[in-house]
Amino acid sequence: MAAAGKIDPMHQFTVEPLVPLHIGSYDISLTNSAAWMLATLVVIASFMWGGMKREVVPGRWQMAVEGVTSFIDNLVQVNIGPEGKKFVPFVFSLFAFILVANLLGLLPLALVPGWHAFTPTSHFSITGVLAILSFSLVLIIGFWRHGLHFFSLFVPHGTPWYMLPLIIPIEIVSFLVRPFSLALRLFVAMMAGHILMEVFGSFIVNGFASGSAVGFGVGLISFLFIVGVGALELLICALQAYVFALLTSLYLNDAVNLH
Amino acid sequence: MDLQSAKMIGAGLAAIGTGAAALGVGFVFGSFLQGALRNPAAADGQQGRLFLGFALAELLGLMAFTVALLILFVF
Repeated sequence: MAAAGKIDPMHQFTVEPLVPLHIGSYDISLTNSAAWMLATLVVIASFMWGGMKREVVPGRWQMAVEGVTSFIDNLVQVNIGPEGKKFVPFVFSLFAFILVANLLGLLPLALVPGWHAFTPTSHFSITGVLAILSFSLVLIIGFWRHGLHFFSLFVPHGTPWYMLPLIIPIEIVSFLVRPFSLALRLFVAMMAGHILMEVFGSFIVNGFASGSAVGFGVGLISFLFIVGVGALELLICALQAYVFALLTSLYLNDAVNLH
Repeated sequence: MDLQSAKMIGAGLAAIGTGAAALGVGFVFGSFLQGALRNPAAADGQQGRLFLGFALAELLGLMAFTVALLILFVF
């Protein structure tokens, strides 16, 4: 939290080493980013293990797990077709990681002095790696299944020949820009939401601390606003995870079936 | 005008793009509702396309936001 009067919305994104570790000249400290990713892993693993009982009459927990897995299973089947079955674990891992990392970053841990929640997905280095994973899988599957025929992806069906010099560069650029757009969308959406919450949270603190009637009014309005923004952020968290999974399965569909 | 104030004005101008993305996202959802209310039976099958359109429209606004942040904090 910024000092009174000065709003510093970028401070929450600093990566701080928790356990300093150095091997030679390499810094491999356990940072707060890594710690929150481990927490994400623990949450996902305990959620899945609690529900993977394979009971014929599922309990509540198993129903919850099956709801999430069948949601992704359905998404992949609709977008890729019957051959998409083998990509379900990959898409589900991406979806679960992004969703849980987003939601954990919203936890109001700053109520405990000295703690603050950290969202790994608000860093381009994390989302970039996720996007490179899905993009490289598309390239590997595409070239493995179709060989050099994969390049026909750049020529849509039924294009008149005189349009080809225009269409092919556009298709190539739109293909190459995919990993950037995947990574940028998630990272900016998360960062923008956290900046918004930080700015209006500072308005509340500074408004009430100023002691004047105007400050009180601003604080009250900001408080009501931030309640709505908080609910919207929960929606955005789920939506961005869904969009990432959806786009990954659409791109995989290009690699599996061409178009 | 010194560089600092020019940067602030530039970042503010870049933020206009997020408003344009708001128009785009609103248009996507509005058009979906128009179609969905005419033929509610077909609406569920088109949700993937709805969110695809939302993601593509939103991306451009997020890019405008990124440009604003780059102007403010990087250059």
